[in-house]
Amino acid sequence: MSEVLVVVDHVDGAIRKPTLELLTLARRLGTASAVFIGPADAAAAAAEKLAAHGAEKVYTVDDAALRGYLVVPKVEVLQQLVEKTSPAAVLLVSGAEGKEIAARLSIRTGSGLITDAVDVAADGTTTQSVFAGSYTVQAKVTTGTPIITVKPNAAPVEDVAGAGTVEPFAATVSEAARSAMVVASQPRKASGRPELTEAAIVVSGGRGTGGDFAPVEGLADALGAAVGASRAAVDSGWMPHSFQVGQTGKTVSPQLYVANGISGAIQHRAGMQTSKTIVAVNKDPEAPIFELVDFGVVGDLHTVLPALTEQVTQRKG
Amino acid sequence: MNIVVCVKYVPDATANRQFEADNTVDRVGVDGLLSELDEYAVEQALQLKEKAEDPSAVTVTALCVGPEQATDAVRKALQMGADAGVLVTDEAVAGSDAPATSLVLAKAVEKLAAENGQAEIVMCGMASTDAGMSVVPAMLAERLGLPQVTFASRVETQGDQVRIKRDTDTATEIVGGRMPLLLSVTDQTGEARYPSFKGIMAAKKKPMTTWSLGDLGVDAGSVGASVAWTVVEQTTARPPREAGEIVTDEDGSGAVALAGFLADKKFI
Repeated sequence: MSEVLVVVDHVDGAIRKPTLELLTLARRLGTASAVFIGPADAAAAAAEKLAAHGAEKVYTVDDAALRGYLVVPKVEVLQQLVEKTSPAAVLLVSGAEGKEIAARLSIRTGSGLITDAVDVAADGTTTQSVFAGSYTVQAKVTTGTPIITVKPNAAPVEDVAGAGTVEPFAATVSEAARSAMVVASQPRKASGRPELTEAAIVVSGGRGTGGDFAPVEGLADALGAAVGASRAAVDSGWMPHSFQVGQTGKTVSPQLYVANGISGAIQHRAGMQTSKTIVAVNKDPEAPIFELVDFGVVGDLHTVLPALTEQVTQRKG
Repeated sequence: MNIVVCVKYVPDATANRQFEADNTVDRVGVDGLLSELDEYAVEQALQLKEKAEDPSAVTVTALCVGPEQATDAVRKALQMGADAGVLVTDEAVAGSDAPATSLVLAKAVEKLAAENGQAEIVMCGMASTDAGMSVVPAMLAERLGLPQVTFASRVETQGDQVRIKRDTDTATEIVGGRMPLLLSVTDQTGEARYPSFKGIMAAKKKPMTTWSLGDLGVDAGSVGASVAWTVVEQTTARPPREAGEIVTDEDGSGAVALAGFLADKKFI
């Protein structure tokens, strides 16, 4: 079986969950080969974790000379690995970086690119959710090496032992690739809550919070959920942009989405419409969000949420 | 200084968007407009012009690849304040995928460079509001051999240096690059202006050029649906969600009912 390259998404060597989901998909398509471009001293631990989730091979590329440059050095590394291994596919996580690496790699290798897949079948057919979740699209790459970026939660993480054979790969990176660079980086503070795109439950607040997110956060913590926000709440400066759910923020697809004081504009729907169960609390009975919900409460979130939080705590207690 | 802003003509996101029988996006049955996310790119280009020592020495050109009606998108950019507009339109372009679109854009940017001098900045929005792939900017940078600084939530320039703020999944970064480069901006960069009456009148006198693939030296056989590197096999409208239960809160009844629902669904 052909190799399938999985580009590892990590922070200083700590592998992020969506990469493990990619390994599950990669094993459907062929044998999973992870590509770890990162600090040399973190490679062994990373390889061990990747092997525990089905990676047969782990290509490690020391990024000491590449770190801090935007996207292009990684594209050159991958281009050389694609030439060397002629893989059945290249899988990346559908974030800003993953998509940009994929985009340049597509042009360099003359290969078709599919972004934001929510599923990948054994024959390479992908499923995407488009037009704010109102359509499902099945597509396939027909030219070159299929390059596919996959959304978080597209597949389960599986504990399957792979050989995890480490193969250091020495890539040559051109001077031209080292142009745009990261001058400074401020890691986001850990909130102690699950990550928005990975969470099983998301509790969001919008304009109706009036800027007070305490009831939203209280419910989120009682449910073990991530906190999200509508664009209105972000534009008002109540929450940072990293919390935004919607077209220009994060797309989430949790088991349960709780929308509070959110009217449900198309831009917001685009980010949450594929959630499994949707509930909403809103003062306005005419709010379009109620067209989407499995259960809705017409009421003031400032009284409903604290009461609900208490109910949740009691029932869980 | 030359700034080229790439703008896309998209079906209105608030309309009922759908696919044609051949699985391409219906661009005729639904009203089109300048993609909202590209308005932010036009806005940032105009701000760079206005902040320049000599704004009259900065030319902002709006560039669009699309059907004939896409001239509306270019005109909107001119009304906002862009100096010139270019529409590349050709029947052969229909159904092009992102790699082909980026090829046509790249050839048009090169033709503009040959005629007016190189663009120091090629500006893009963060994504289109229809396909929403977010990959054309990086593909265009690749084709033009330019560095990219992308997904900017704030833009600053000094001389030929560009610095942007960018929010990634895990960090907030400051990214720097040197012109010429490709820059893409998010909706966080700030409200895009509405065309003023004066702007609307002025736009009528601004140069608007239409190019075909032949004008760009692009072989019609290298673009379009038939040579796309991907194929859409099927498009399916998602069944509408079944109407849920709506209750009105009275003295705490809403919270009790909602908790009951969540318990039934095993969330608590």
